[in-house]
Amino acid sequence: MINLLILPIVIPLMTAVILIFFSKKVTAQRWISAVSTAGTFVVSLILIRQIDLHGIQTLDVGSWPAPFGITLVSDMLSALLVSVTSLIAFCCVLFSFRSIGAERERFYYYPIVQFLIVGVNGAFTTGDIFNMFVFFEVMLMSSYVLLVIGGTKIQLRESITYILVNITSSALFVIAVGYLYSIVGTLNMAHISQRIAEAGQQPAILTVVAVLFLIVFGLKGAIFPLYFWLPGSYYAPPAPIMALFGALLTKVGVYSILRTYTLFFYHDQGYTHELLSILSLITIVLGSIAAIAYKDLKKIVIYNIIVAIGVITYGIGAMNTDSLSGSVFYLIHDMIIKAVLFLLAGIIISITGSSDYRKYTGLIRHYPLLGWTFFISVLALAGIPPLSGFVGKILIVTGGFSNGDLVGGLIVMMSSLFVLYSLMRVFINGFWGEASGSTKNDSVPVGRLLIPVLILVIAAISYGVFSEWANHYIAQAVEVLVNPDLYIDAVLK
Amino acid sequence: MEILMSILIGLLFASAVYLMLSKSLLRIIIGTGLLSHGAHLLLLTMAGLKKGTVPLLGEQANSYTDPIPQALILTAIVISFGVTAFFLVLAYRAYQELGTDNIDDLRGTEKND
Repeated sequence: MINLLILPIVIPLMTAVILIFFSKKVTAQRWISAVSTAGTFVVSLILIRQIDLHGIQTLDVGSWPAPFGITLVSDMLSALLVSVTSLIAFCCVLFSFRSIGAERERFYYYPIVQFLIVGVNGAFTTGDIFNMFVFFEVMLMSSYVLLVIGGTKIQLRESITYILVNITSSALFVIAVGYLYSIVGTLNMAHISQRIAEAGQQPAILTVVAVLFLIVFGLKGAIFPLYFWLPGSYYAPPAPIMALFGALLTKVGVYSILRTYTLFFYHDQGYTHELLSILSLITIVLGSIAAIAYKDLKKIVIYNIIVAIGVITYGIGAMNTDSLSGSVFYLIHDMIIKAVLFLLAGIIISITGSSDYRKYTGLIRHYPLLGWTFFISVLALAGIPPLSGFVGKILIVTGGFSNGDLVGGLIVMMSSLFVLYSLMRVFINGFWGEASGSTKNDSVPVGRLLIPVLILVIAAISYGVFSEWANHYIAQAVEVLVNPDLYIDAVLK
Repeated sequence: MEILMSILIGLLFASAVYLMLSKSLLRIIIGTGLLSHGAHLLLLTMAGLKKGTVPLLGEQANSYTDPIPQALILTAIVISFGVTAFFLVLAYRAYQELGTDNIDDLRGTEKND
């Protein structure tokens, strides 16, 4: 039992509280947030090292013994996600320095970002299902504020939809937890898993609860038919906020599906996991169609989120070692690369003043570095070897094939082509050719804005190239998912 | 007693859904309030409405009520209170900025952008 694993929650929380007191001193706000997110990242790396050496780390908050109090549990999966979250938050904060605008910075932008990280890291770390709901709410509350900060018309309009959807899903979350508590009589996730396993054959009521959880997390994670709110809401805020949302929020929903469907509801896979697979495949198909239908750069990237969510949840639905390691691999890859794409889209839009890629050509003549970064990240997103999307996707497809699901594997592979096409036409149309509609725009500090993007791109490239090295950690994460007893033993001793 | 409560919760949910499907923003917010009320009552009912005594009277007490659901409800009430307050302010701000509280006029169509 160590206090290390609570630090990724406490550091941003304390930073946020301190930052609130001097919201008008923008320079201090910037540097304190950057230092704090960097500190969180370093702590999470130490945590990964600790888990690598000593196995799953747990912390009984307030020293209440395990099934009675709230337990924080950090296995390799949550530690990896916490560290990626901190890295992305660090880069988005750096990006905000030159792009978000002093108005937003003076109205509590940085403290709210810190609160968002508290919620996300907390949801990844907690080992208590109701505590997960609380961290979801911390995250959502900050996301409401981030969505509406600045108060432009489109933001106000879209945030109403967003809040309404999330209030509904939170009510459903409370209901699902209530049902689960009445059946198993505990809230500790390891204990729930143990009690469900003791019941042997999963009773039908638990399948109902499993589907209810799928609806709750599907609403947050945007799987078919629950993603209708996402394209509109994510379109509204400025680039760094969009990157935080696109990279982190939906992935928390996916993580929760991954956790509950491997830890609780793995007894009736013929129903629950089959349902998840089918929904994921429909998500992939519809997301791909929408991604190639739009001519708007932001919309294209947003629909690519939905495709990626479908690919990851398909891996969860297939539920074998290959597909799960593929899902974990792809989850981390997608968090990094989606942040990169949203930040790049932000730079491109602020240079050209338009998100419609047909309105400009030849951008690469003025901004070669921007062009090549965009090119590499599109290749990585589509999964061209040796970049990072490839390993995850091939593992997911292998997992699907080994279950005998040929159609599913093919759809996942085909989706890569659609993803590649949807963004490559932006590159061909917008970056190649004679420079027109894209004169050099000196008001945008492209060089400085590219620094955080390059950090993330380098992370994504090395994640792909050194995937053998990364696999050492991913394998440990998947071991716990495949074998829930490891998790239970670590928590309940 | 549990049956009666279940019917009541069902009624709350039904009216919440009805209100949330209406076009006026204020009705929608009241609908979300009713929805979370229903969810809280459901939590209370799920744990069983025993006619016990106060939650803990020491380990030898022969009947006491499970305190966990009440702790959960307390947390959920605080959260839904905060969210409702935020939603009300947002609705007012949106009304000031956009000049309407009709959901039909708030659609993200080409005309509105």
